[in-house]
Amino acid sequence: MTAESTNTGLSLYKTDARTKRRNAAEKRFRIYGMLAVGFGVLALIVLLTSVLGTGAGSFRQTFLTMPVALDAAALDKKGNRDPAEMAKVTTIGYQKILEKALIAELTEQKLIPEGMSTKDIGGLISKEAPAQLRNKVLANPDLVGQTISFRALANGRIDGYFKGRVTMESAALDSNVSPAQLELVDKMRGANLLGLGFNWGFVFDPDASELRPEAAGLGVAILGSLYMMIIVLVLSLPLGVAASIYLEEFAPTNRWTDLIEVNIANLAAVPSIVFGILGLAVFINFANMPQSSPLVGGLVLTLMTLPTIIIATRAALKAVPPSIKDAALGVGASKTQTVFHHVLPLAMPGILTGTIIGLAQALGETAPLLLIGMVAFVRDYPGAPPEGFLDPASALPVQVYNFTQRADPAFIERASGAIIVLLVFLLTMNILAIILRRRFERRW
Amino acid sequence: MKTAKFTVSALAIIAASASGAYARDQIQSAGSSTVLPYATIVAEAFGENFDFPTPVVESGGSGAGRKKLCEGVGENTIDIANSSSRIKQSDIDTCAANGVAEIMEVRIGYDGIVFASDINGAEFAFTPADWYNALAAEVVKDGALVANANKTWADANAALPAQDILAFIPGTKHGTREVFDVKVLEAGCKATGALEAFTAAAGGDEKEGAKKCLNLRTDGASVDIDGDYTETLSRIDANKNAIGVFGLSFYQNNTDKLKVATMDGVVPSVDSIASGDYPVSRPLYFYVKKAHLGVIPGLKEYIEFFVSDDMAGPEGPLAEYGLVSDPELAATQAMVAAETPMGPLN
Repeated sequence: MTAESTNTGLSLYKTDARTKRRNAAEKRFRIYGMLAVGFGVLALIVLLTSVLGTGAGSFRQTFLTMPVALDAAALDKKGNRDPAEMAKVTTIGYQKILEKALIAELTEQKLIPEGMSTKDIGGLISKEAPAQLRNKVLANPDLVGQTISFRALANGRIDGYFKGRVTMESAALDSNVSPAQLELVDKMRGANLLGLGFNWGFVFDPDASELRPEAAGLGVAILGSLYMMIIVLVLSLPLGVAASIYLEEFAPTNRWTDLIEVNIANLAAVPSIVFGILGLAVFINFANMPQSSPLVGGLVLTLMTLPTIIIATRAALKAVPPSIKDAALGVGASKTQTVFHHVLPLAMPGILTGTIIGLAQALGETAPLLLIGMVAFVRDYPGAPPEGFLDPASALPVQVYNFTQRADPAFIERASGAIIVLLVFLLTMNILAIILRRRFERRW
Repeated sequence: MKTAKFTVSALAIIAASASGAYARDQIQSAGSSTVLPYATIVAEAFGENFDFPTPVVESGGSGAGRKKLCEGVGENTIDIANSSSRIKQSDIDTCAANGVAEIMEVRIGYDGIVFASDINGAEFAFTPADWYNALAAEVVKDGALVANANKTWADANAALPAQDILAFIPGTKHGTREVFDVKVLEAGCKATGALEAFTAAAGGDEKEGAKKCLNLRTDGASVDIDGDYTETLSRIDANKNAIGVFGLSFYQNNTDKLKVATMDGVVPSVDSIASGDYPVSRPLYFYVKKAHLGVIPGLKEYIEFFVSDDMAGPEGPLAEYGLVSDPELAATQAMVAAETPMGPLN
């Protein structure tokens, strides 16, 4: 210790009580911050693991592969291969063909257990399979009379057995599947008659009823969401940007513009269900637009997204330095020229980011769609735009909601799978927003 | 204001172009979430086997569906309302006021309501009286009406296990609740003698007395579930002591998780409900706007297909899913074929 420091009692090297307290406070604050972040990360991990854990299974599905003899006597009685006439054979007829084919294959492999009924064996095949076979045959009538190799979906309970959802113990209590069936399935797996494969159907096929959860897919929902996003983008981007430019660059600052500003900020916080009520009243009841259509859904979501886009656009316009505007005006540009030649291009990255975030928000919205009839069982794909905008469609978040309401436990997996798909879309959009911002943003 | 102007004018243009050219070619239906699975099964099979588009089926509740049906006639209104309870006079009046004069009532079959608990829990054999004693706000004790103090099921009926009373019953917006009220609570109210006591207290007014039967205790032993049966199931999963109210078809899909209780000594099943032995069941309906027959392509074919033996018969897919087939299905089929509108409610 030097003489000097003894004199004053102060040293840069020796921390006094007050500094210690300040350092401790700083350390504490950092720990709080880290805890807060840690809590958020933990919540995210829990969410993601639970969703991925339950949902990943929906991308893999159990399939039965077997030769199917397409009996001409049953499928085309008159024998002239006319699809219109062959359409009279319903899926019930095709189900019998599939049952027969499976039994024939099992008999050949000597796998049929004693005393198992035709119904129990037929129950291994999904009820979707006859419809797929029927479509295949009607599309190509020449197949009748031949024996083709057909890949059929397995029943949801059988699929659950491979994914661990159904066990021998639960099957003993389950009224829809028996342990004997599962034992047969084990043997069939040994004989390579059935196994898990990647399930493109989950992404591309339409929804299915409760009797066939194994066939339910997101095709219609993804298409419906896409159509709505197109409508939202086409309507809200020009409207939002035009409104923001006017408010930011041209409108006088007075009570009226203040009022508008407050209202826009307020609208951005209005619960989305309110827009649904408005949509029902204005678009469906007043303007007579078709229910459950992506057009109405898109319009409702446009109203919801507009305030977000306007606020983001105004912030982007405000961030352009006044010196650029002044310089443009100084060399004789008109106000419109200044805005469109200089301000708008510089603000574009910010505007696009805001738009994409607004779209992502709209993509995840369910509540307003509830009221305009989009929370529904829709199995037909909407047509190609523009007419397709008027056809009924579902939407991704709606499909998640629908899946969670259903009785068959297989739909729990489907719901989580749909969440994964939705998250992938949201992630893609947000990454796009970040890339745009990084690449094109200018800093002054 | 500018935004609003822009929006309104843009929308007006779209609306004008849309409404003029549009003709709906798929059937739209909405209503009961109990009927929904049956309706989707039929819609799916209809879309597969007919040359018409697959009908769109919305959920939302029986009352909401009937209200939508009665909004008016035209392509932007629905064609069919699915309902797990019978249409009300007020609905018919609304319909008439909005120009929906003729409605067809189609009964598709019966649905049982079952009481079930966790698969590993105790066995229960209920009577409506037990439920009344367990859940009512006021019960009869030693000949007098007192506030319900029963803590366990054994307090309600000594023959039941001494397990804390916790029941998840459907919320008031569900059609299932109506059946629960009538077939369980009112029946139990009568059986325990509480109805008599209420009627006496109301000065002999039996209607007023019956209303009191439906007052449930509010101390948390009875929980209304406004969501679907999936919510009830997950609540039971979290509370192993609880007993939930389910539809028969839901139970049949989850027999590995739920243990069903008997009612009046009868195990609920498609057979015991069809024979009428199991007391808590109800008919399921859908209501068709007759003015849309012949306007919406495939509507007639769809309702005929719905009640055909291939679908709603005892061997059909609906029965497989848990619908109790209607013994008078042939009469319904004839009614649908003749397009007979429903008469006044009796």
